[in-house]
Amino acid sequence: MARYIAKRLGLALITLVLLSMIVFGASQLLPGDLGRSVLGRDATAEAVAEYNHEHGTDRSVVVQYLDWAGGVARGDLGRSLVPPEQPVWDVLRPALLNSLKLAIFAFCLVVPFGILGGVLSGLRAGKATDRTITVVGLSLAVVPEFVTGLVLILALSIWAGWFPVSAQWDPGSGPLTQVEHLTLPAIALTLVLFGYVARITRAGVIEAMDADYTRTAYLKGLPRKTVIRRHVLRNALLPTIAVIGTQVGYLLGGLVAIELLFNYQGIGLTVLDAAKLRDYTVLGAGVLIIGFTYVMVTLVGDIISALLNPRVRFSGSE
Amino acid sequence: MSVVAQPAVRSEASVARRERWRLLVRSPSFILGGTIILFWIACAILGNHITPYDPRFDQTPEIGVAPSWQHLFGTDRLGRDVFSRVLAGSRDILLIAPLATLLATLVGTTLGLITGYFKGIADDTISRVIDALLAIPLIVLAVTVVAALGSRSTWTVIIVIAAVFSPIIARTVRAAVLSEADLDYVEAARLRGERSPYVMFSEVLPNVMPPILVEATIRLGYAIFAVATLSFIGFGLQPPSPDWAVQIADNYQDLSFEWWTVLFPALAIASLVVAVNLVSDSVQQVLER
Repeated sequence: MARYIAKRLGLALITLVLLSMIVFGASQLLPGDLGRSVLGRDATAEAVAEYNHEHGTDRSVVVQYLDWAGGVARGDLGRSLVPPEQPVWDVLRPALLNSLKLAIFAFCLVVPFGILGGVLSGLRAGKATDRTITVVGLSLAVVPEFVTGLVLILALSIWAGWFPVSAQWDPGSGPLTQVEHLTLPAIALTLVLFGYVARITRAGVIEAMDADYTRTAYLKGLPRKTVIRRHVLRNALLPTIAVIGTQVGYLLGGLVAIELLFNYQGIGLTVLDAAKLRDYTVLGAGVLIIGFTYVMVTLVGDIISALLNPRVRFSGSE
Repeated sequence: MSVVAQPAVRSEASVARRERWRLLVRSPSFILGGTIILFWIACAILGNHITPYDPRFDQTPEIGVAPSWQHLFGTDRLGRDVFSRVLAGSRDILLIAPLATLLATLVGTTLGLITGYFKGIADDTISRVIDALLAIPLIVLAVTVVAALGSRSTWTVIIVIAAVFSPIIARTVRAAVLSEADLDYVEAARLRGERSPYVMFSEVLPNVMPPILVEATIRLGYAIFAVATLSFIGFGLQPPSPDWAVQIADNYQDLSFEWWTVLFPALAIASLVVAVNLVSDSVQQVLER
């Protein structure tokens, strides 16, 4: 088991280093140089050269990468390129906190509903209930979040008047007001993720229903309810919860359009604004943090799955 | 597809193929999805010939009017007929999404064949890079690349989406190739002295076609999703394209008083992605039975 965890950690580390190279590489795709791109076409050559020297972009790519990566490893993300040139971390921290609130809320909604849908569908595999849940779930999963979000705003906010249109609450609002503002975007994200969680749960339930221990439990004369509660669900749900963790990456991507639609200053909107303003330090750091979160959550999910699975737990390596 | 014909095997395979096709065209979700897709393709091809008004520049004096018999879906704040714009709005996305999917399938299949067939260092390296790329959500990656390239042309969007999808397809193909590579026919081809590219593309590829086909139809759904989302956030198609997501991006701030300029394009997007999903789901059901 220790070897498995060590191996996964090593792979995650390699992934993160490659990720940082990709993010850095993307900022080098820019035609021309940074000074010209920031200062504009009309700037003099001297001004551009001075800007590049000041920001260190006149050095070789390798030196720049090592400098940047070293800074990131020490927790120094540099400064924003857009006036007032705030430290990147000061821009990203409040945004991350906002996104975290939204993501946690969405997860609190999607996990119970998704699991409920998956269990219903798994227990009636192949029947009409199963087909309906599967088709509706997967259809909702492919509709872009902003489309779902728009329909929700129109129906529940503008026509019914139940929720505020914008997700951004007034400064100093209490937790209840914040929840009220976040409900619509959280529902939009939930609808998109519901199909995935339900599908994973369904597969787990079907596998457990087919297992020998379930057959034994039935043959022992236990009532169906007890078999399902004690044998099927207990075995099906734990691995499911670990697998659900891997959907976090998807959630992070969905935040961009949702945060724009609901005008909510989270990490997605911040990255989007940085891309529009060509603020490469904020953009790069934001993308790196999103990737880092994804890799870490997947790692934890994999390790939990492994811990729950005796075949992996006792086999030493993979 | 070896040169030496094997009549018995060939006919058995073609019977199986015909059987699959029969199952496919009988499935209600395939029929429903296919009909919706054909409808939007027809709209894309016929374009301005079937729209009651010019979708791009028609400045009728009626600005921002609600749906009526005159304007089924109302008009937007420039006086353009929303019904005409919804009908015309399928063209760009139906061009870009399939092109991006096709490109991604070609690149992804090649990568997957190479990594799955050779294993070893090439496989390890490419797989690690793919892992790293997959750690960034599609939209975030696309936004980064578009921002870095500084160009928002249609081709940029196609290439970005293809670049993001090809590693995902490569992963599926690799898994399929790994399970084929140990089979006897591959060994036989190698012993015959065939070169690796021949074995990969002429022997292995035809046998891993079903998962590639399934993956491609799934990716097509996501490509539409991605093009729409990119256009909505301002990094995809640009005005004055009557594209649905561009219309939504243009008008969603006015949602509370001109809801028709947003709701109808939104429903159009939903109908197209759900239709593609229904088709890919039924293809999957048939091919994987």
